[in-house]
Parts: sequence; C-alpha cells; structure tokens
Amino acid sequence: MLRTVDLFKHFGGFVAIDGVDFELEEGEKHAIIGPNGAGKTTFFHLITGHLRPDRGRIEYEGRELTGLPPHRIVKAGLARSFQRVNVYPRMSVFENVQVALMARDNRHLTMFRIGARFNRDETLELLALVGLAEEAGEQAGELAYGKQKQLELAIAVAERPRVLLLDEPTAGMSPSETEEAIRLIQEIADARNLTLLFTEHDMTVVFGIADRITVLHNGGVIASGAPDAVRGDPQVRSVYLGEGGDGAA
Amino acid sequence: MESVRVMPRPVAAVCAVVVLALLVVPLLDSRYLIDLFTEIMIYALFALSLNVLIGYSGNVSFGHAAYFAIGGYTCAILLTTYEWGFAPAFAAAVIASALAAGLVAWFCVRLTDIYFAMLTLAFAMVVWGVAFKWRSVTGGDDGFVGVSVPAMLDSRIGFYYFTLAATGLSAAVLWLICHSAFGRCLVAVRENRIRAGFVGINTRLMRWWAFVVAGTFAGVAGAIFGMFHRGMYIESAFWTESATVLIMTLLGGIYSFFGPAIGAATLFVLERLTNEYTEYWPIVLGMILVGILLFLPDGLAGLARKLASYRSRGG
Ligand SMILES: Nc1ncnc2c1ncn2[C@@H]1O[C@H](COP(=O)(O)OP(=O)(O)OP(=O)(O)O)[C@@H](O)[C@H]1O
Ligand SMILES: [Mg+2]
Repeated sequence: MLRTVDLFKHFGGFVAIDGVDFELEEGEKHAIIGPNGAGKTTFFHLITGHLRPDRGRIEYEGRELTGLPPHRIVKAGLARSFQRVNVYPRMSVFENVQVALMARDNRHLTMFRIGARFNRDETLELLALVGLAEEAGEQAGELAYGKQKQLELAIAVAERPRVLLLDEPTAGMSPSETEEAIRLIQEIADARNLTLLFTEHDMTVVFGIADRITVLHNGGVIASGAPDAVRGDPQVRSVYLGEGGDGAA
Repeated sequence: MESVRVMPRPVAAVCAVVVLALLVVPLLDSRYLIDLFTEIMIYALFALSLNVLIGYSGNVSFGHAAYFAIGGYTCAILLTTYEWGFAPAFAAAVIASALAAGLVAWFCVRLTDIYFAMLTLAFAMVVWGVAFKWRSVTGGDDGFVGVSVPAMLDSRIGFYYFTLAATGLSAAVLWLICHSAFGRCLVAVRENRIRAGFVGINTRLMRWWAFVVAGTFAGVAGAIFGMFHRGMYIESAFWTESATVLIMTLLGGIYSFFGPAIGAATLFVLERLTNEYTEYWPIVLGMILVGILLFLPDGLAGLARKLASYRSRGG
C-alpha cells in the first residue's frame, strides 16, 4: 500500500538514505531497525513530507506523495509520532488531542462557532484509551516523559489514519511503561485495522509487535523479511545484532 | 478537567462592568473624558486585532499600522473626495484593509520569525511611502484633512456611542474567532508549527487567515480613527505607530484575549499624562518597555492572573 522507489537523501556530503526500495503491505506491522544514525528517522521524515527526497518516489495506494507537504500526506491517511516528544507544551492535554480531531474533521478553518465543545466526547475517549483521562486538564509540557509519549500516540491516532508511523514509541520509557505501550499499540492497531510502520531499538518491542522487519544500515536496506529470517541473517547479525549476541532473546 | 464554560465568570463580570462604565461615560458631561475614551476604544481594538497575529498565531508584525492607515485613509477619502455615504465608505475601507492584508500575508507566511516580522515592516514602509508621495489623493505630509463625517455622527456623544458599538461588536467577533476551532488550532500552530502540520493543518493557510483577520479589524479601528479626528496623517502609517501598538499589546499581555485592550488603555493614558508634564514621552515609553520585558513577560493580564491565583490560594 506504501512504496518507496530508489529513495535518496543527503545532508551536505553525507548520504543519509541511499537508494531505498521499500514496500509496506496493508495490515502488516512492520519494524524498521538499525543502529544509531542508520537513517530510520530520516526515512520517516521523507515518507511524511517533513523532508524532500533528493531523488526517488513515494507512492501510497498508487498515488504519488513525493513533494507533498505534511498536511496533505496526513489527509491521505498517514499519521506519525515523533522520536523526540513533539506536543503543544502550553496547551492542555485535552486540547492537544482535540486539535488533532478538529483538524481531521476539517474544522480548523471554522471561525464563527465556539470551538471548546467540538469533538469533546471523542477526545475524552481517546485520552481514556491511552491512560491520560486523569491528566486531561494539565499542561502537556508538564507531563512526565512517558505520559507525553502516550499523548503523542493519542494525537497520531486521533487523525484516524490507515497507516500509523511510530518513531521509537517506547524510547525513554520505564520497563513497565514500555510493556503497557506495546499492549496499547497492538490493541489500537487491531481495533482500528491500522497498518503499522515503526522504528525501535528495544528488541523485545520489535519482536513483540512486528510481523515483518526491515534492517537499515548506513542509509541502505540490508535485509527485509519475517522476524525469524531477519534474526538469522548473518549480515544483520554482524552489523546490528552484534557478534554472537542474540538481540531477540 | 476542561471546563465547558467558555468565558470564565470573573472575566465575564469584568467585561460587563467595563461595558456598563463605558455606556455611562457621556453622562459625566466632560468633553475631555468622552474624547479620551473614544480614542482608547479605538486603540484597544487596534491592539486586540494585532494580538490575533502575535498572541494567537505566534507571528510578530512590525507593520500593523499599515492596515490601520489603509482603513483610515480609504474611509476618509471616500467620504470626502468622492462623497460616498457612510456605510459604503466604511465597508470599503474595511475591505481595502482586508485585501491589503491578504496580499501582504501571501508573501509573509512563506517566512517565519524575524524574517516574517521584517517583511511586514517592509510592506508597511511601502504603504507609508504611498501615503507620503501620492499627495493629490492623500494630502501627503500635510495630511488628509477636513473629512466630512455623516450628520448622525457629527455630535461628540453620537460619535462616542458609535465608537462603543463598533469597537464592542468588533471585539466580540474577534473573541469568537479566537475561541473558535480556528482559534484553538491557531494556538496549536503557534505552539508547534511542525506538529500542527502533522495533524493535517495547513499552517501557512492558518497564518494567512490570522493575518487577514488582524488587518481587517485594524482597518475598522483606522476608519473610526480618521472620522474621529476629521483627518488622517502619514504618522498613522509610520513604523513608530506599529511599534506603539506592539508595545500596547505586549504591555497588556499576549497570552490573554483582553490583555492588549488593557495595555492600550494604560499606555494611552500614560502618554497623555506624561505629555502634560514633560516632553520626554519616548524615554518613559522606553522604560515601560524595559519593565515589561524584564518583569512582566505576560503583561498586565498575566500579572492580574498571578495576583488572582495568589489570592484564591489564600496567600
Ligand atoms: N538535518 C540533518 N542535517 C545533517 N545531518 C543529519 C540531519 N538529520 C539527520 N542527519 C544525519 O543522518 C544520519 C541518519 O540520521 P537519522 O536520525 O535518520 O538516524 P536514525 O536511524 O533515526 O538514528 P537513531 O536510532 O539514533 O534515531 C545521522 O548520521 C544524522 O547525523
Ligand atoms: Mg531516529
């Protein structure tokens, strides 16, 4: 459903994404892994329109996304969360989610009606879903880090996407928060029939969720396939999972 | 929990008191006070309009006087030179300001931060230049004087109530816009433009509309101003005028809807008082600005909020 063809991006002389051909199937939960600096976040930035590729194409359901601005790509059905928390710090937790719902319903240009009551119930439902019902009235910037990550997830899900891209959804979380986040992501993906594309360093998370894994190294794909096949791939083991170490165990 | 009440009760109470007080000002039978409050209301609307751009969309304009001046000159010239009726002249003035703002904004929203601000300044200087050079139409630096004001607005008290109605209605519309879904999403754009783009908001379009709304209501204020003074002068388009309304807005507080109106009233009265005793208003103004930046980052409204929460905590 989502495809990149010969995608290429450099920063100055540094090649961050080096001719990536990638395919995401409808309904799958696809992990992109790779060492620090492999290009995972850059790849997400390219797909979601935050960065423009220097070469190559991005297609979604046969439609060309290359060069479209983020808001158009979101409207096409792709939503994302960010590796570093990216919320509206001085707005309430409630408003953070409500704005996403208003935008989804194209109410962001509605000027002559009071906005506070729009999408109220749905906002509260979403907050309850990610476990932030208690914090609805708090300022988003003052939440604990793990909770901001959950809020980030709620915002991304609010747009009711068909493809959800999560950049390290559990980074910086405690083990118990991570466990809860995995459960939540799976629950949401199943309940909403989402196709999931995510990056993650924590191998428990990767092997706990993914049904397909693509390994990125120095901006290029070195392996892609079912978790077991990728785990056994000698090249992957040498560059990523570490000599002799079994990252999944 | 997020309250369903849209305007907090104390704010609504203060609004009601202010409107009542303004309604009875003419009963005091003081020309000085009637004129003073007429002008305060005009500047309050001017500052409120600027704050849609600054406080709500997070874009600073150094050239907001341009739209005030366009509204003022257009209304004055149509009334006087072309002898238009009041309603069409006033409406045309507001539309002219809106169109000018729409055109300038089209360029400005491509930029952010200081580049955005400098471009607003550049366009405002062009507007000033036109007012200065196009002597046959605007009167150049002699000003456009002798504006013919419709008979019904000719009396001091009549004009006062007209100003109260027009600025009050405008403020109410601005309030609604700022508290609409648009206003809320605009705050999201201010808080995190990138994130707002990733929930499907066209952030440039939002900032464009904020600019147009701001320019439109500056035009309303300007049109009233020109009729009140029976004239328009190029000083109204000059960058110092843009700076004045910017300081009014900051003094009142950009994170509050009504803050800028408070700032406008305060600064205007201070200027009047200072000018009665010294000719050093610019120095006083500079000191006020230093005071705001160092001690009142959220302006007078922020200070009031702090005091109120201090009191309600029983401190
Ligand atoms: N805007 C930029 N300008 C210059 N270099 C950049 C920029 N963004 C990323 N890079 C470089 O590109 C490379 C890939 O970065 P990217 O953030 O995509 O890696 P990643 O796989 O997400 O890493 P991590 O696991 O640490 O999140 C890194 O070497 C990084 O320093
Ligand atoms: Mg990354």
